[in-house]
Amino acid sequence: MSTAIAQKRSFAAVLWDYLTTVDHKKIGKLYLYGGGFFFLLGGIEAMIIRIQLIKPENDFISAGLYNEMITMHGTTMIFFAAMPLLLGLMNAVMPLQIGARDVAFPFVNALGFWLFLFGGIMLNVSWLTGAPDAGWTGYAPLSTLSPGHGVDYYVLGLQISGAGTLMGGINFLVTIVNMRAPGMTFMRMPLFSWTTFVASVLILFAFPALTVGLFLMMFDRMFGSAFFDVALGGNSIIWQHLFWIFGHPEVYILILPAFGIFSEIFATFSKKRLFGYTAMVFATILIAFLGFMVWAHHMFTVGMGPVANSIFAVATMAIAVPTGIKIFNWLLTLWGGNITINSAMLWSLAFIPSFTIGGMTGVMVATSVADYQYHDTYFVIAHFHYVIVGGTVFGILAALHYWWPLMFNRILNEKLGKLAFWTFFIGFHLTFFIQHFLGLMGMPRRYWVFLKNQELDLGNLISSIGAFFMAFGVIVFVINAIYSGIKGKPAPHDPWDARTLEWAVATPVPHYNFKQLPLVRGLDPLWIEKTEGNGKLTPAEPIGDIHMPNGSILPFIMSVGFFIAGLGFIYHMDNNLAYILLFGGMALALVCMLIRSLKDDHGYHIHKEELEREAD
Amino acid sequence: MKGWMGKFKVLSLLGFVALFLSACGKENLTALDPKGYGAEKSLDLIILPTVIMSFVFLVVMVIFTIALVRFRKRKGREDFIPKQVEGNKTLETVWTIIPILLIIIIAVPTVWYTFVLADKADAKDHINIGVTGNQYWWHFNYDGMDIQTSQDLYIPVGEKVYLNMLSSDVIHSFWVPTLSGKLDVNPENENTFYIEAYEEGVYWGKCAELCGPSHSLMDFKIVAVSKTEFEQWVADMQSVDPEAVPDNEMAAQGRELFQENNCIGCHAIGSSPVAVGPNLTDFGNRTKLAGVKDMTKENIVAWLLNPEKIKPGNKMTGAYPKLSEEDASLIAEYLMQLKPSEITTEDAGK
Ligand code: HEC
Ligand SMILES: [Cu+2]
Ligand SMILES: [Cu+2]
Repeated sequence: MSTAIAQKRSFAAVLWDYLTTVDHKKIGKLYLYGGGFFFLLGGIEAMIIRIQLIKPENDFISAGLYNEMITMHGTTMIFFAAMPLLLGLMNAVMPLQIGARDVAFPFVNALGFWLFLFGGIMLNVSWLTGAPDAGWTGYAPLSTLSPGHGVDYYVLGLQISGAGTLMGGINFLVTIVNMRAPGMTFMRMPLFSWTTFVASVLILFAFPALTVGLFLMMFDRMFGSAFFDVALGGNSIIWQHLFWIFGHPEVYILILPAFGIFSEIFATFSKKRLFGYTAMVFATILIAFLGFMVWAHHMFTVGMGPVANSIFAVATMAIAVPTGIKIFNWLLTLWGGNITINSAMLWSLAFIPSFTIGGMTGVMVATSVADYQYHDTYFVIAHFHYVIVGGTVFGILAALHYWWPLMFNRILNEKLGKLAFWTFFIGFHLTFFIQHFLGLMGMPRRYWVFLKNQELDLGNLISSIGAFFMAFGVIVFVINAIYSGIKGKPAPHDPWDARTLEWAVATPVPHYNFKQLPLVRGLDPLWIEKTEGNGKLTPAEPIGDIHMPNGSILPFIMSVGFFIAGLGFIYHMDNNLAYILLFGGMALALVCMLIRSLKDDHGYHIHKEELEREAD
Repeated sequence: MKGWMGKFKVLSLLGFVALFLSACGKENLTALDPKGYGAEKSLDLIILPTVIMSFVFLVVMVIFTIALVRFRKRKGREDFIPKQVEGNKTLETVWTIIPILLIIIIAVPTVWYTFVLADKADAKDHINIGVTGNQYWWHFNYDGMDIQTSQDLYIPVGEKVYLNMLSSDVIHSFWVPTLSGKLDVNPENENTFYIEAYEEGVYWGKCAELCGPSHSLMDFKIVAVSKTEFEQWVADMQSVDPEAVPDNEMAAQGRELFQENNCIGCHAIGSSPVAVGPNLTDFGNRTKLAGVKDMTKENIVAWLLNPEKIKPGNKMTGAYPKLSEEDASLIAEYLMQLKPSEITTEDAGK
């Protein structure tokens, strides 16, 4: 009885702790839990799609529901799974890697997470009344004309979570510019921190385009404007431009951090310095820069004319050069090393052939004349899954295995890790390789059914079988994660004999990260100290009081406010009572902002004596 | 190690087997067996980058495999600390320059053919057809010939045919993989391109831009016939009398019902510009009902009784009085004998 109460209390205490936390490590975990949840949701949607396409003219789900399914799968996976999982890893690792005690704006960091979460909930609430059905790209006028409230949920869900992502990006930028440890110059920063930095720049410049597009769509749908309505002098193509000006950089927001992850893992498990570090950094920057000039390669068939098509084709092909540089640098990092192959490394090694295929087909779809055939077919589906699954998802899974000891103080089980890897890897290629051919054989994307006697049956069947393998792999991974949490033993300090600063902090990581900020003497600071020093980083400061921010429930309440206001926006068209929600929600958010602005919160100090008492 | 490589081999083998089994896909639907100018040029530019990129892939895989085999941790070498190489200027220059050259090899023909395919200077000298994309069917209006059709587009073989495309609702995309790449059909800014079929045949067309629930059921056909057959077809279509009463008793009754039940308000017979629904002038000659179903009387009756079941979200559902099965059958009788021309898909060979 009494223990039950104690447990209950502690559960409530933990819950409160997470609701109010501003600690980057806990927020990182929250992102992983949230992103992981939406990843499973998106996965279920994917399975439903593949079951529907397992045989010709199947009627497992209806046409309308199918369109909702593909829309939700795409939107969920991109915005609410891949992005938050990466943001979670960035949160958990980047401050440690650059030798910081937290991010620059811990409060804003928490706000970013809660906005993401409520945006995702917003989107999924739409299942109750009919989900969006115009594709994750939401092309007008299909989206502006879509009946019901599905697309309204899409607009507001993305708008709310997008605000959170933008905050996250700005926060990381400020953190990396200002809070690097003494000696951690830009050119000594680990690749994962570099790619976090560059991806944040991309977020900063790309998300506003989406925000503008969504606002215009919101006005068209809710307030009678006609930005995309041709009959009233609007233009529907503008939506495509706005969407892809955001959408293409988004691809690099997803892939660059994965590049960073692989760079860390290859170096660590080859026991070698990353080959061509400088070239890697500049290739990253170049990819990001070019990434803003290629958006219209998604629109070769729109009818932009040969000049635009040629320019965007050639600009897109150019990106293959810095990407190729990266691939060869990774290969040469492995070359001459002493390579350990474990789960983290398996995911990373598998990335090389998988992503190279995605890159190959990337050049192929950039070839405008050929893209007239590829566009909007299963070839494109295959291409971008090779890039996003073979790149980003492999990267996230590699990172989870690699940084699990740092984040959760456990090591994931190797046997289960390998089982998950092999089933997922084989399933992935089964599912998507054949789709290149399906596309060329005449199967457009977003097809609810394919007709009989078109010789598309076998390819689709293979693809669906592959999907089941992938699902199995994911389930094994989830079991592994839970199992290690319950049965796993605490991880040893620096279990991988790693090179970078995040592995220099005490195990488990104290909430202030570094008792004394470290002095960084070069690239791979921990490795330098292991080979040239005593294995410990020299402190850059004497032990002194550490200033810490207070937790706060305001970010959570503020996000609830925006969520309520969002519902108000959606339903004000049907019922005037919804104005209560609209203004009430806004007021709630505003009050939180006022409290935050007017009430001084100086945080607290961990005193020198306390720190000294804690043994090293 | 063995397990790793073994599994990889099995995987690639599986891929190739699958590839062989499926070969190139269905004739007259696949893009891999082109029978028209645009598709041919596209295929050239599918093959060139595939070859070049496969070469790159091979190089990557060779280095990758050797690195893994040679430098994997071995017994007795567990604590070996490799040399910490920073980089190599020569190598890095090589793998920057070579890809640039490869990209140039791909980029030059890409730009060239992008311009070639976009050249519309001779449009006036050729047949021009207005194409309207509608939620979930296609309408064709032959410029200056006084012919309107839907679903099946007859063209002469070996000649450029210009298509001027506009949508009446949302964005669609006009795709006949065997003849040409696709072009979007937007609600604004008419898009123009041409198709040219090298051989007679019935080519499958599909809508390639999500346009609603029945997006996957928006198929159409391009019927390429010889030049003389095409001229015959044009003459036949031009001499249709929309007022003609069929000799067959049931069909004549069906015609009355067709007029009484609003059908005529949406469906034109003859060259009337009414196109709220498909033009039915040559309905009896079509191979597919509503683009997707076999043209049988049963299917037509099923369509008339409940089109929603066949094409979810279509614009005919609920727009006409409910029909009895008997009436539907009579109307089907009428529609099926609408065969204004001797020239049919059978003349296109397949
Ligand atoms: C509101 C206008 C409207 C009315 C009234 C209407 N239809 Fe239709 N009909 C359509 C549309 C739109 C389609 C195309 C459906 C699709 O494929 O998405 C269609 C398709 C058809 C087709 C298939 C055409 C083809 O090319 O394969 C037939 C046959 C047909 N209608 C017969 C009839 C008959 C008979 C009536 C009267 C009982 C009728 N329609 C009433 C709009 C209408
Ligand atoms: Cu892109
Ligand atoms: Cu369509």
